[in-house]
Amino acid sequence: MNKITTIKTEEREIRSLLDALYQNYGYDFRQYSEAHIKRRIRNRMTLSGLESISAVQQKAEQDKTFTSLLLQDLSITVTEMFRDSNFFKALREKVIPILKTYSFIKIWHAGCSTGEEAYSMAILLKEEGLFDRTTIYATDFNQHALDRAKEGFFSNSLIKDYTRNYQSAAGKESFSNYYTADHKMAIMNQALRDKIVWANHNLVTDSVFAEVNLILCRNVLIYFNKELQNKVHRLFFDSLGNGGILCLGAKESLRFCDVSGEYTEFEKKQKIYKKKY
Amino acid sequence: MKFKAIVIGVSSGGITALKTLLPALPATFGIPVIIVQHLAFNSGDYWIEHLNEACEINIKEADEKEKIEKGMVYIAPPNYHLLIETDQTFSLSIDEKVNHARPSIDVLFESAAETFNQHLIGIVLTGLNNDGALGLKKIKEYGGTTIVQDPSTAESDIMPLSAIALSPVDYILPLNKISDLLIQLEHQL
Repeated sequence: MNKITTIKTEEREIRSLLDALYQNYGYDFRQYSEAHIKRRIRNRMTLSGLESISAVQQKAEQDKTFTSLLLQDLSITVTEMFRDSNFFKALREKVIPILKTYSFIKIWHAGCSTGEEAYSMAILLKEEGLFDRTTIYATDFNQHALDRAKEGFFSNSLIKDYTRNYQSAAGKESFSNYYTADHKMAIMNQALRDKIVWANHNLVTDSVFAEVNLILCRNVLIYFNKELQNKVHRLFFDSLGNGGILCLGAKESLRFCDVSGEYTEFEKKQKIYKKKY
Repeated sequence: MKFKAIVIGVSSGGITALKTLLPALPATFGIPVIIVQHLAFNSGDYWIEHLNEACEINIKEADEKEKIEKGMVYIAPPNYHLLIETDQTFSLSIDEKVNHARPSIDVLFESAAETFNQHLIGIVLTGLNNDGALGLKKIKEYGGTTIVQDPSTAESDIMPLSAIALSPVDYILPLNKISDLLIQLEHQL
């Protein structure tokens, strides 16, 4: 059938495009979930009025602005403040008491994208009196997303949702204490922006950079295939100190990784794991 | 057997519709069923447990990388898109909403059409928006079989009407006739 032949051709063209992006720019999407990559490339194809994946590749070879757009499409993940308020509630009630026993705390937010969850974490630490003795590293391989995260702007239209999330996550203050808004945009407070160390780090190609007490990596691994998930879990394991905490997304787990036996399920429902001593 | 998967999209009025449709399927039903139901993001999974108790066939939330098996009904988890990979496993994503929805019916239907081609049955049930219409059209284009709930019997007729308006569908039926048809189609070669 015609449609089915088209699909086979398209899959071949996508592989070729991903190879080219890796060879020419060093960005490696070859071990990402295919259905997801296909969807994002097709969206760009439609938006740019191109007829086929091979046309996308041709344009990517000639037009740097276009390539940059394409790389953004493939690498940005959508996030929000206090996404899954039950998770942040569990963090506050179950994990913070452990962190309070340390004199100095290092947190790694891996794959922070535009920073919303890193800011949520900073707010939580402030309210729990841990702000001054904590370093938050927030990393991503997408420099554009990191730059946006650093600026700390978000659209005014999101304030209502974020406030609701904050309140259901058992926030102790008024969410409006943490930003300044005009008619269009809101900006996170300077103290919060300065607190976070934003750094470019690629989970696929880079290695351990610090020993940390807590790793937060939520809804990033779902985009990776099993082999890549396993590799990144090894990186997390090597980065966590004994008794360290690993926080994954609501639908993620340690199912497909070699180090799963090295953790205990600390808060099963919220996907919070603790590295064994 | 001809059919390897059934995908169902349903929105407002959906839990009632599924409670009519799914209990009619026997425990041995040979085609996996995959469902996107639009729900509020914080709905929890109690309704799935409840539905599971009312049915012979097993119902569970779909997990990422999970292999699609017969005798199972999979539900897209709230606040994630559900996609099907060519190796017949699930992927999840938190990408932007599509048709104001996450999970989106179109996202599931499009990836299912490309994986299962003519071995797929697509069904659009009651709902208040037009999610699923494009996806159902795509299922038809890839040689699949399409079914829409008879709009006059749907709690909200907008979603069935949008699907019918966008492309010709194979069957337009009330819920109880849809389960009868699925049981017939199970053994089609």
